Amino acid sequence: MEERRYPEGQGPSQEEMRRSNLEIVTGVTCPFCGCLCDDLEVVIEGGRITNVKNGCAYSLAKYLNYQRERLLKPMVREGEELVAVSLEEAVERAAQILVDSIYPVLYGWSSTSSEAQRLGIELAEEVRGAIDNTSSVCHGPTVEALQELGHPGCTLGQVRNRADLIIYWGSNPLQSHLRHMSRYTIGAVGRWRRGREDRTLIVVDVRKTYTARVADYFIQVEPNKDFELLTALRMALMYEEIEQERVAGVPVEAIEEVAEILRGCEFGALFYGLGLTMSSGKNRNIDAAISLVRDLNRWTKFVMIPMRGHFNVAGANIVFLWQTGYPFAVDFSHGYPRYNPGVTSVIDILSRRESDASLIVASDPVANFPRRAVESLLENPLIVIDPHRTATAERADVVIPSALVGIECKGTAYRMDGVPLKMKKVVDPPPGCLSDEEILHRILEEVRRLRGE
Amino acid sequence: MELLIRNAVVYDPINGIDGERMDILVRDGKIVDSINEMQAKVIDASGMIAMPGGVDIHSHIAGPKVNKGRELRPEDHLRYAERGGRVRRSGVGYSIPTTFMTGYWYARMGYTTVMEPATAPLETRHTHEELNDTPILDKACFPLVGSNWFIMEYLRRGDLEKCATYVAWLLRAVKGYAMKLVAPGSVETWGWGRGLMGIDEVIPHFEITPRDIIRGLCRANNLLNLPSPIHIHCNALGAPGNFRVTLETMRCVEDLSRGDRPSIHIVHIQFNAYAGSDWASLSSGATRLARYVNRHSHVTADLGQVIFTDTTTMTADGPWQYRLHNLSGNKWINHDVEAETGGGIVPYHYRRRNYVNAIQWTIGLEFALQVKDPWKICLTTDHPNGGPFIEYPRVMAWLLSRRARLASMRRLNKTARRRSILESLEREYSLYELAIVTRASPARILGLREKGHLGIGADADISLYRIDPSEVDPSRDFRAVRRSLRRAAYTIKEGEIVVKEGEVVGVTEGRTFWVEAEVPEGVSKEVLSDLKERFEDYYTIRLENYPIEEGYLRRPSVRRTRPEAWVV
Amino acid sequence: MEAVLLTGRTLSQGMGVELGKSSSVYYRSVVTCEMNAEDMRRLGVAPGDPVRIITEHGSVVVRVVEALEEVPQGVIFIPYGPMINAIIGPETHGTGMPSFKGISVKLKVGGTAIPRGPGTQPRGNEEE
Repeated sequence: MEERRYPEGQGPSQEEMRRSNLEIVTGVTCPFCGCLCDDLEVVIEGGRITNVKNGCAYSLAKYLNYQRERLLKPMVREGEELVAVSLEEAVERAAQILVDSIYPVLYGWSSTSSEAQRLGIELAEEVRGAIDNTSSVCHGPTVEALQELGHPGCTLGQVRNRADLIIYWGSNPLQSHLRHMSRYTIGAVGRWRRGREDRTLIVVDVRKTYTARVADYFIQVEPNKDFELLTALRMALMYEEIEQERVAGVPVEAIEEVAEILRGCEFGALFYGLGLTMSSGKNRNIDAAISLVRDLNRWTKFVMIPMRGHFNVAGANIVFLWQTGYPFAVDFSHGYPRYNPGVTSVIDILSRRESDASLIVASDPVANFPRRAVESLLENPLIVIDPHRTATAERADVVIPSALVGIECKGTAYRMDGVPLKMKKVVDPPPGCLSDEEILHRILEEVRRLRGE
Repeated sequence: MELLIRNAVVYDPINGIDGERMDILVRDGKIVDSINEMQAKVIDASGMIAMPGGVDIHSHIAGPKVNKGRELRPEDHLRYAERGGRVRRSGVGYSIPTTFMTGYWYARMGYTTVMEPATAPLETRHTHEELNDTPILDKACFPLVGSNWFIMEYLRRGDLEKCATYVAWLLRAVKGYAMKLVAPGSVETWGWGRGLMGIDEVIPHFEITPRDIIRGLCRANNLLNLPSPIHIHCNALGAPGNFRVTLETMRCVEDLSRGDRPSIHIVHIQFNAYAGSDWASLSSGATRLARYVNRHSHVTADLGQVIFTDTTTMTADGPWQYRLHNLSGNKWINHDVEAETGGGIVPYHYRRRNYVNAIQWTIGLEFALQVKDPWKICLTTDHPNGGPFIEYPRVMAWLLSRRARLASMRRLNKTARRRSILESLEREYSLYELAIVTRASPARILGLREKGHLGIGADADISLYRIDPSEVDPSRDFRAVRRSLRRAAYTIKEGEIVVKEGEVVGVTEGRTFWVEAEVPEGVSKEVLSDLKERFEDYYTIRLENYPIEEGYLRRPSVRRTRPEAWVV
Repeated sequence: MEAVLLTGRTLSQGMGVELGKSSSVYYRSVVTCEMNAEDMRRLGVAPGDPVRIITEHGSVVVRVVEALEEVPQGVIFIPYGPMINAIIGPETHGTGMPSFKGISVKLKVGGTAIPRGPGTQPRGNEEE
């Protein structure tokens, strides 16, 4: 694939574009991470994407390699083999599996559109299964803490325009959300902040990450001790005396100094990642972080935003909420939505071996789940809808290839702060590949037909 | 499809019909004057009253803050859950029901049109996604404009023309229906953790006052000739003594009246009708506000009645919600939106025995009973702030029956009861007046000409309740009337039977109204060029990605307006 | 040697996903174990050496590298991926979330890495 590079701020001339059958789509929203940068310019030559401007390394990798390792044909398992079949046959087989099962689990949903998520929930209700999204294994604990204490937050533009203090806690945006710091926080120019010089950066992490290296203050917390450190910070804020020399490996003097910085800022923003949700304490860590931010509002303006990973994982929570009242781990086995993380969440359902079939959409649990959960998943009929070959697709009984949201089909997605954005279609999908939305619609119709409705 | 409703006792205030026994004819979703009676489906409405489908002018049913409320409160959803059925989806929720439940419950009560009164423009795509998933109801949403940077900057420069043109652009961009101001200016200052109390404090960095914003947007509204007046959640909401701010707000646009149409609508006035100087001395300012409303024609209001129950408060008034969080100790969500607005959510339980809550309860009813002309008010609870809409029939009973009020007052906080004049108010609404405050008045204030009545050409949105006025006295039999109002015998939406005996039997897709306001081309170009220049300095998304395409709305219905004269 | 295991996102792992899960970039990224230099000396391993990571749920063999993003002594970092998930426990402590970070592990020098390629069931190779 030929890549064309232009100097910063320049593109091809009108003449050049006409000559080479070149098209540039502007304002494209990137379907990679929760930053949902919407300023990409995608260069298309003869129906193929040849360059992406403004995107980060992930974004480039995505747009320039999206055609690799694609699933192109619907397949069903015949013995050891996956055999290519017609879409109708694959849809029928998938519907049959769902209709025959007593308690299917429908999982994934974070790398697809809200439109597909809506239909996924409808399907789960129809077949009385459990439906869960990947927030179950990323910011599920954040939700659980929010449900206990609330969550003082804002959109990213508030941070860009106002924040003079930024904290990344258990988050390493220079590896995970590459443009987060330049677009929204430290480096961004806002109405009342000129950029890096007007902002203080504090990083709290177990490792001295790349992000930590550019921080004004780096606080190295011992693994699994975030809760202790957050609590010590809250104590320091209240001028309570801390008896120990060090908390979570951090000298008390440093904690007190940081507490003063937090109290003294004009607008502070805490961005937190999986370093808090996946470590010991999980939702309790987030409880402590919310309490800290809430306390800080006595002295100053302070907000927090979770660093959401998949481009539409925030949307998965949002769509689940308006349709079922709950953000993830929703069980329809009684005919109405029930929610009990730790019971109705996918890892728990699988590791207790409760489900008897599964539908995976735009996710690769075989690569990402703990082993016992994977074993349980593979014991039962497995349907996969995905654009790419994945470890999960390789093991599936029915595979239906889909188009990529934001590249080959349109849809809606939600940024990490809840701002909704439209995802554009910039090129055609491979022949025969439908959107997740369309595929789910067909499965739903087929399920209803089989059930005689 | 044709429908013949026989022998209903009809209350249709817009057409002056007060309890007449008559037939209602429906064809193709409209009220008509003749049908083919041989082919029509017939509903025998003997023993029933008929009203136009209910119209709710102010109810938070969809969008980011409602959904955050759902997230915050799994405990709320445990109060009520419902299985799906042949035509229905399942759902949960009491004060913040899921979208499907919202549609079904409103329809069960005979309501067919509901306004979502606060949506951050930047996030309105989300609001429309939820409205798309709210079945049966016709709906619309009001973009929040009270702390909008473009608006404040135009008004600071005194450029009303551009301000109005920007508003027209915004309504088209986000497919909104009316302007909503929430504590103007105060939500911007909350971006720095502070709030404003009155309407004459200067907003830092923007160098104008809330008064300037209110007047400016009221004039812009008149200039654009929008169907509805500006809807304002007044400054200092929730604070003792705030009735003065409300009076000031109404006074400051007295000269901007536009004939017989109101120029300002005060939302959930109960929350802004507090006299006294602190919580202990809190008393009702309802009488004084009612007196003002009685003497002026440029203002309308909805109640924001409090109901004793556990509910979820949510508003764009971020500073107030932070205060409520500190007052109540309850969990707190805050969500500020760049260059536009903010929001907060706090669960709250209104208790009869609590002095403040009891006073709040009396204020809404005192106001409703002292405003002489029911065309100036609408029944709301500011759902879910004063209480869930599911409880409207309780409010209706209080309006219809002094006995119902006295029954509720028996267990009320004694001091509040002593200090309130409510016990002395003997007025009882007639069913005709009830039809005004739940149908005709909101439809008229909203400028929805096909709603709120049953005249020829109106949308065939009809509710039938099993109440026989010749046998039932709402004053005495308020419990029976309340039961009937909770579950309509029939709800008909655009000619389709959607509810029968309180059960949802048909699910239709409602429309979403939005306003396209015509503006002169020249100024429109200038505003677009301002937007191109500054939008991306203010926002974290591209200007081209801000507008919502009409196709995004499942069933859009545009209302076009044009200025009577473009004179600034 | 005992250590605390963190798993997480890295640029090469994330890019690897986009290049394809059977790409060498992806494979290489998910079988590396970042370690403190001092720990490497104590354990007597050089970059590229195989090390067996053992939890109560199984063990896998990964290759040691010195941490680019410095980890403290006693802490190791491995990018998310099928190898390491094979030895992570399913217990969620009532939250739905397994512990992907802050896991107690034992390290043993030596072993053979499992073969590359998609479709490889993420089965920790059993203890010899």
